[in-house]
Amino acid sequence: MPPTDELSPAFEMRDVSKTFDGVAAVAGVSFNVAAGSTTVLIGPSGCGKSTLLRLMVGLLTPDRGEVRFGDAPITAANVTALRHRMGYVIQDGGLFPHLTARRNVSLMASHLGWSADRVTARTEELSALTQFPADGLDRFPTQLSGGQRQRVSLMRALMLDPDVLLMDEPLGALDPMIRADLQQELRDIFRTLGKTVVMVTHDLREARYFGDAIVLLRDGRLVQEGPFGSLVDEPAEAFVGDFVRAQQMAREGADA
Amino acid sequence: MKGSPRFAVLALALLLSLGAATALAQTAITTGSKAFTENVILGELLARLAADAGAVAEHKTQLGGTRILWNALQRGDIDAYVEYTGTLSQEILADSGATTEDEIRAALAAQGIVMTRPLGFNNTYALGMREDVAAEHGITAISDLRDHPDLDLGFTNEFMDRGDGWPALRDHYALPHKRVRGLDHDLAYRGIEQGAIAVTDLYSTDAEIRYYELRVLRDDLSLFPPYEAVVVYRSDLEHRAPEVATAFRRLEGRVPEAEMIGMNARARLARIPEGRVAADFLATTFQVDSVVVVDTWLQRLGRNTSAHLLLVLVALAAGIAIAVPTGIIASRHEVAGQIALGLTGILQTVPALALLVLMIPLVGINAPPAILALFLYSLLPMVRNTCDGIRSIPASTWESATALGLSSGARLRLVELPLAMPSILAGVKIAAVQLVGFATLGAFVGAGGYGQPILTGIRLDDFGLILEGALPAAGLALVTQGVFELGERGLVSKGLRLRPETG
Ligand SMILES: Nc1ncnc2c1ncn2[C@@H]1O[C@H](COP(=O)(O)OP(=O)(O)OP(=O)(O)O)[C@@H](O)[C@H]1O
Ligand SMILES: [Mg+2]
Repeated sequence: MPPTDELSPAFEMRDVSKTFDGVAAVAGVSFNVAAGSTTVLIGPSGCGKSTLLRLMVGLLTPDRGEVRFGDAPITAANVTALRHRMGYVIQDGGLFPHLTARRNVSLMASHLGWSADRVTARTEELSALTQFPADGLDRFPTQLSGGQRQRVSLMRALMLDPDVLLMDEPLGALDPMIRADLQQELRDIFRTLGKTVVMVTHDLREARYFGDAIVLLRDGRLVQEGPFGSLVDEPAEAFVGDFVRAQQMAREGADA
Repeated sequence: MKGSPRFAVLALALLLSLGAATALAQTAITTGSKAFTENVILGELLARLAADAGAVAEHKTQLGGTRILWNALQRGDIDAYVEYTGTLSQEILADSGATTEDEIRAALAAQGIVMTRPLGFNNTYALGMREDVAAEHGITAISDLRDHPDLDLGFTNEFMDRGDGWPALRDHYALPHKRVRGLDHDLAYRGIEQGAIAVTDLYSTDAEIRYYELRVLRDDLSLFPPYEAVVVYRSDLEHRAPEVATAFRRLEGRVPEAEMIGMNARARLARIPEGRVAADFLATTFQVDSVVVVDTWLQRLGRNTSAHLLLVLVALAAGIAIAVPTGIIASRHEVAGQIALGLTGILQTVPALALLVLMIPLVGINAPPAILALFLYSLLPMVRNTCDGIRSIPASTWESATALGLSSGARLRLVELPLAMPSILAGVKIAAVQLVGFATLGAFVGAGGYGQPILTGIRLDDFGLILEGALPAAGLALVTQGVFELGERGLVSKGLRLRPETG
């Protein structure tokens, strides 16, 4: 479901750079994320995908350039409030081991003063949406399977009904069977909710499956941006073709 | 409220004057003593004389040493104790160069301390021989030894090594003896009893002089400096409680050497409580009656336990209040962390007893210096474990807490502290168990606790008394461990106990 109306973009990256110890993790990257669309960040390991996502959620501040959310730049003053409108899911889930699944999901809402009834209702709604078993809600993260943890992490990110979801390899740690199931469920959820989604993956097929737009990165630089077809049909440079071919060969090798 | 201000003023004045009257009628006097039996008996004597003169008297028994008592006297934590002229001139007044009795008295007066005339005995280094052996050779003074060069001499190791011990004695008296050896104190007495050695060094009022029937040889060429016993008391006593000052002066010249040796022997060898020994002396010498209360074993245990717990709990509570926030700051700022860990680490390297003594000029004696020293000792494990506990939280957990939009305060309270709790509790437990042990040193500064019977037991060579302190201290350490294991259940989330590591 591509965006129908041309609202202002949900995110706007303007010439963003971030350097760690003299190494440029992200170098002069500019692109927009359209509201209601799913954008996938892809590229080889270490190319700066996670760094870019952290810049978008304000965990990092750019050395140069500007990250805009809605129509304002993210600043130290507004970042905490803006985060309540973003849901962030990281690779291993990042669940709090000292809290039950239920408390992981409801922590922020309770802190913001939601009533107990409202918290319970929302938690049940989300566990139905993500098909998380109700009896798992009162277990601790170590008592859950990897797929269940991933669902809790997603529920936690969705609790405050954020405008955008930022997901760093949300399916990376799962075995292929569960992964395929969850891919489908996730896409259904995104469609149902109509949220803006930014997702990191290094699997091109996953990128194609989810992405309205794909942002291909290499060594911190944006190589090409557009729908999957444009990457195949009009590669911006030789690397794009190489990357697509390498992914297809890896899959054929795996399927054989 | 504004009903009758005049009445209120009147009532207040009445209350104040009543208070002043009772204060006058019941002046509180505190006497002190050093950690050896003779001085403890004398501290008891002073307290009983003060009580007889109408004061409410208390005796702070066996405080650590000369410095501690002198500081306590100057600060007014104690009002009087028995000191020795040699110690006054060589340790306390060493800078002033005062040596004669009058010079010492004048130097003390300048510091607001009154010194009485000598009590009648001189507790200095001396040489002793078995009475029958001395009589056989006709030896009464140290110079007489010169005519008996083949006698065996056996001195305590300390006396052999000290410059003012054997080397000085040999040179001063030109002693020709070849057979001289260093021995342990107890072995020296046994050796002299069995005739293996003929002469040994001793303190001139040692209880053993009577027990082994020794003759003390006269220091006829005046080698050893005099250590005349005197009472030193604060000069404000002469206005505050003149009857007490007068009572102390009654002791002048009334405690001859034989009397003191006898009292030491009763306390050390016959194990009669010092209070009883002092009371008997006062009854026979001054016809003064004083009450002797001997606590039961259970009463002592109760008193020591509550004093010990007070020290540990107050120090630990203050330690937690300072160390946990410090650990949190240290976990956030690399430099601040290194400074905090460095400083608290240095504190741990100061020997416990030294730390205790250093606190006395600041806060006096009794519980405060002990609590302060224990507090300083408790910091390192708690700061380090709080800092480590927070730092070892996985980056992904920290990131998701921040990305959720928790403010840094809420993140600390809801995520970081609960996750660091096992580590923090472990630090508090280490500190608590350490403090239970260290608190036994509180007895050196009059803070009481399990160290009190241990100190007395060491002084009197009484293994039972040592156990009376050591066993409950070990028990309390175990109980402390247990309390923390239980506390862990309440304070650490089940989610963390399922998997001990948070990493
Ligand atoms: N906190 C940091 N300190 C130093 N260097 C960092 C830091 N975070 C990332 N980097 C470096 O920045 C570069 C980009 O890292 P990033 O995590 O964004 O890569 P990625 O594209 O997410 O890789 P992967 O697919 O392996 O997760 C890497 O070279 C990485 O080593
Ligand atoms: Mg990454």
